[in-house]
Amino acid sequence: MRRLLIGLTFAVFIVLLIIPLGRIVIGAFEDGAGGFLDGLLRPEALHALMMTGLVVLVVTLLNTLFGVMMAIYLVRAGWLSDRVKGLLNSIVDLPYAVSPVIGGLMIVLLLGPNSIMGAFFEGIGFNVVYAFPGMVIATLFVTFPLMVREVMPVLQELGSQQEEAASTLGAYGWRTFWSVTWPSIRWAVVYGLVLTVARSLGEFGAVLVVSGNIMNKTQTATTLVYQDVENFNVAAANGVALVLVTFSVGLLLMMEWAKKRKEVH
Amino acid sequence: MNTVLRHKGWTWGFRSTVLLYFIVLIVLPIIGVYVNSFSEGWSNFIQSIMDPIAWKAVLLTIRLAVIATVINVILGTMIAWVLTRYRFFGRSFLNSLVDLPFALPTAVGGLMIMLLLGPISAIGKLAESMGFEIVFHQPAIVIAMTFVTFPFVIRAVQPLLEEIDPSEEEASYTMGASKARTFRQVILPSMAPGMISGGMLAFSRALAEFGAVVLVAGNIPGRTLTASVFIYGEIESDNPTGAAAVSVLLLTLSFLILWLINLVQMRGRRR
Amino acid sequence: MHVEVRDLNKHFGDFHAVKDVSFDIAKGHLIGLLGPSGGGKTSILRMLAGLENPGSGEIRFHGKVVNHLPPQERGIGFVFQNYALFKHMTVFDNIAFGLKVKKTPKSQIRDRVMELVELTGLKGFEQRYPHQLSGGQRQRVAFARALAPEPQLLLLDEPFAAIDAKIRQELRSWLRELIERVGITSIFVTHDQDEAIEVADEIMIISQGRLEQKGTPWDIYKNPETPFVATFIGESTVVEDASQLKGFEHAVEGERTRALIRPEYIEIGLKNEFSMLSATEKGIVKHLHFRGSEWMVEVEVEGHKLITYRSLEKTTLQVGQQIRVLVHRAYLFNDTHSWVVENRLKEDPMPVII
Repeated sequence: MRRLLIGLTFAVFIVLLIIPLGRIVIGAFEDGAGGFLDGLLRPEALHALMMTGLVVLVVTLLNTLFGVMMAIYLVRAGWLSDRVKGLLNSIVDLPYAVSPVIGGLMIVLLLGPNSIMGAFFEGIGFNVVYAFPGMVIATLFVTFPLMVREVMPVLQELGSQQEEAASTLGAYGWRTFWSVTWPSIRWAVVYGLVLTVARSLGEFGAVLVVSGNIMNKTQTATTLVYQDVENFNVAAANGVALVLVTFSVGLLLMMEWAKKRKEVH
Repeated sequence: MNTVLRHKGWTWGFRSTVLLYFIVLIVLPIIGVYVNSFSEGWSNFIQSIMDPIAWKAVLLTIRLAVIATVINVILGTMIAWVLTRYRFFGRSFLNSLVDLPFALPTAVGGLMIMLLLGPISAIGKLAESMGFEIVFHQPAIVIAMTFVTFPFVIRAVQPLLEEIDPSEEEASYTMGASKARTFRQVILPSMAPGMISGGMLAFSRALAEFGAVVLVAGNIPGRTLTASVFIYGEIESDNPTGAAAVSVLLLTLSFLILWLINLVQMRGRRR
Repeated sequence: MHVEVRDLNKHFGDFHAVKDVSFDIAKGHLIGLLGPSGGGKTSILRMLAGLENPGSGEIRFHGKVVNHLPPQERGIGFVFQNYALFKHMTVFDNIAFGLKVKKTPKSQIRDRVMELVELTGLKGFEQRYPHQLSGGQRQRVAFARALAPEPQLLLLDEPFAAIDAKIRQELRSWLRELIERVGITSIFVTHDQDEAIEVADEIMIISQGRLEQKGTPWDIYKNPETPFVATFIGESTVVEDASQLKGFEHAVEGERTRALIRPEYIEIGLKNEFSMLSATEKGIVKHLHFRGSEWMVEVEVEGHKLITYRSLEKTTLQVGQQIRVLVHRAYLFNDTHSWVVENRLKEDPMPVII
C-alpha cells in the first residue's frame, strides 16, 4: 500500500509538474540557442521584461510597507475597536476571491477615461489606465493580502508582552519596533516578500485588462507570452516563458528557504 | 529627533495613510464594480446576466471547477498523506515542488499545457487518433484548473496531519480497531476540515482562473468559454457594463465561498 | 509618601475590575498585592505602570500626578509573569536595553550590566540567549533587566508563578534580599499567601476589585478587618452560630454571629494532654490526612466540623476516636462588625486562694 501511494505520488508530480517544466526548457531551444536568443532579444521582449521588472519592484515595495503596517494595526492597535478590526480583517481577504480579469475591470471602471477620477487625472496629464500607474494599482490589488496574512499570525503568536516590557524600559514606538517586533517578524516578512514578487511577476489577467497590452509601451512579459501564442509565434513565447520559469523556480527555492527560517523558533 | 517623531501628528498621519491606502485600494474598486453594473439600470443588468452566452459560461465554469476540485481533493489528500507520513528519498524535494504553481505565472502554465498536449505534440496527436481532443476543449480547461490549484488542498491538509497526536491512533489500536477503521473514524475527521477548506479555496481559485485557461481553451461559447474569458471578451468588445454585470455575479459567488471558508476554519479552530 | 493612589477605578467593558481603591506606599517598602485570581491586582499593577489607563482616580509618584505619563516616562521597572525577555537578544543585551535607550555611554553600560549579572548570580551566562536558560535563570534576567536603568519603583506581576515549586522558595528569599540591598520601593502581585507573608513588609488584600485590608502580615493575620480577609488567610473553619461553642456563649452580639476559627487556635488531644480540661469539649475524629510534616485532623464537635493540625510527636489518633477539643480564640463577625475573642473558660474559673 505504502509503495503504491508513494509511486502514485511521484507519478502525479512527474506528469503534472516536471514534464511540463521540461517541455518549456526544450521548446525554448527548439530553434537552437540562436533562436532562443533571437526571441529574447527582440526589442518588445526586452521592453516587456523591463516593464515586468518595474511593476514587481514598485508593487513589492508598496505592499511590503503597507502590508506590514496593516498587519500591526490589525493585531495590536488599541485605537481601533474590535468590531472595526474584524471588518477590516475580512476585507483583507477579498482580493483572493476576485478573478484577476474582474480586478482589472474594477480599475478600468474606477480610473478609466470614462470615469470621474480617470477624466480628472487625464486632464492633468497623468494617465492611469493603459499606462504604468494602472498596471501597478491592479497588481497592488491582487497581491495585497499576501504580506498581511503572513505577518498577522506571527504577531498574534508573539503576544504584546515583549513590546510592553520595552515600553517600561523607556523605548518608544520606532525603537520598540526595530528592537523587539522586527526581529520576530523578519522571516515572515521575507517569505511574504518572496510570495509578493512571485505573484506580481506572474500577474496576467488584471494587467492584461488594465494595460491594453500595448506593445513596447504597457506590455509585460506575461502578456507578451499571450500575444506570441495568439500569433502562433510559439518558439518566441517559449523563450520568454523560460526566463519567467527560471525566475519562478528561483523564487520557489527562496520561498522554501524563507519558510524554513520562519519556523525556527 | 525623537521628540519630533513622537508628535501626535506623525502617528495620526501614519495611521490615516495606511487606512486610506487600504480603503482606496480594496474597498473602492469592489464597490465601483457593483455600482457600475447597475449604472445603466436594473433591466440592463438583468439582460446582461440573462444573456445565454453569459450564464452558460458561468455554469460551464462552475461545472469544470467542481471537477478540478474533486480531482485535487483526492490527489491532494493522498499526496499530503504520503508527504507527511512516509519518509523516502526525494520527499523534501517533492514537498518544495508542491508550491510551484504558486510561483509560476498562470500564462506560462497555460503555455506548458499547450505544448504538452496541443495538436502538434506527441500526446496531442495520440489523443486525436483515438478520437478525442484535449487542447481547445474541456479536458484542457480542467487540466489547467487542476494545475493552478494543485497546492491548495495539500497545504491545507498537511498541518492537520502533522498535528494529529499519535496517541489518538494508538488508543484506537489498543481498543481493537483495524487500520482501516482507525483511518475512517480517527484520522479522516481530523483531515476533513483541511480537505474542505482546501477544496473550497481550490474551487474559488479555479472559478476565477483566467491566464492558464485563456491560452488552452478554444473559447467556443457554451462549450469552452469560461466566465472569466467571457468577461474579458466583453471588455474587449467595449461592453464594460455587461462585463461588470457578469462580474458581479461571479464576485458574489466567490465572496459567499470565502465567507463559508471562514466559517469552516473557525469551526475547525474551536475544537 | 512615594506612591499615593486615590479612588482608582477601572472597567473592562461592563466588568468593574477595580473599585475605588486608595492606598499609600512609603519609599523603600516592599508591598505584596494578594488576592484570588481575577480580583483586580494585576490591573492595579498595570495601571501603576502605565500599561493600562484608569477609568477614574489619581496616581501620584512623589506627590506628582502621573496618570497621563506613558510607561516610558514613569521611571519604573516591570517584571512580567512570563518574563517577556527579548528572545533575539543575549542576556547582556536584554539587561542593557533600558540603558541603551537612555543613550548611556558604552563603558557605563558594561559596568552596570556586569554589576547586575554578579548581583543576580548569572555570571558566565551573559552571551546566552533566553531559550538556552532555565526558568529560574530567565526570571533573574528579567529582574536584572528591570533594575538596570535604576528605576524608582519596581513592579512585579506574579514573578514566581511560572517556576517550579522547589526553586520558588530559593528565588523568594533571594528576591527579598536583593530588594533590601538595592533599597528600591517594590510592589508585587501574587495569589500565593505564603509568598506574600514571607516576602512582603506589608500586604494589601485585594478581592473583587476592592482593597480589603492593608497591613503587615502579622497584623492581617491577627486582626483581620473583614470576613473575607479572615477566611482568605490561613485555613479557617466557619461556625454559623458562635454561641454554640463552649466558652463563647456570652461573646455573641446581635442576631447572627458567626465564628471563624483558625486551625492554629484549635487544640485537640487525649484527656491527659490538657491542663484545663474543664474548658474543653468532647469531639470525635472524623478524618485524618497525613501532610508530610504533621497530621491534618477533621474533628466533629457538637455537629460542627473543625479542622486543625497535630504534631507527629504526639500520640497518633484514630478515626472515630473520642478526643477533647479546646478552641483558644475565635474571630467573630455579624452583619455590622467583627472582633476577636478569647475563650473565656481559659481563665482559671477557680483561682486557688491560699
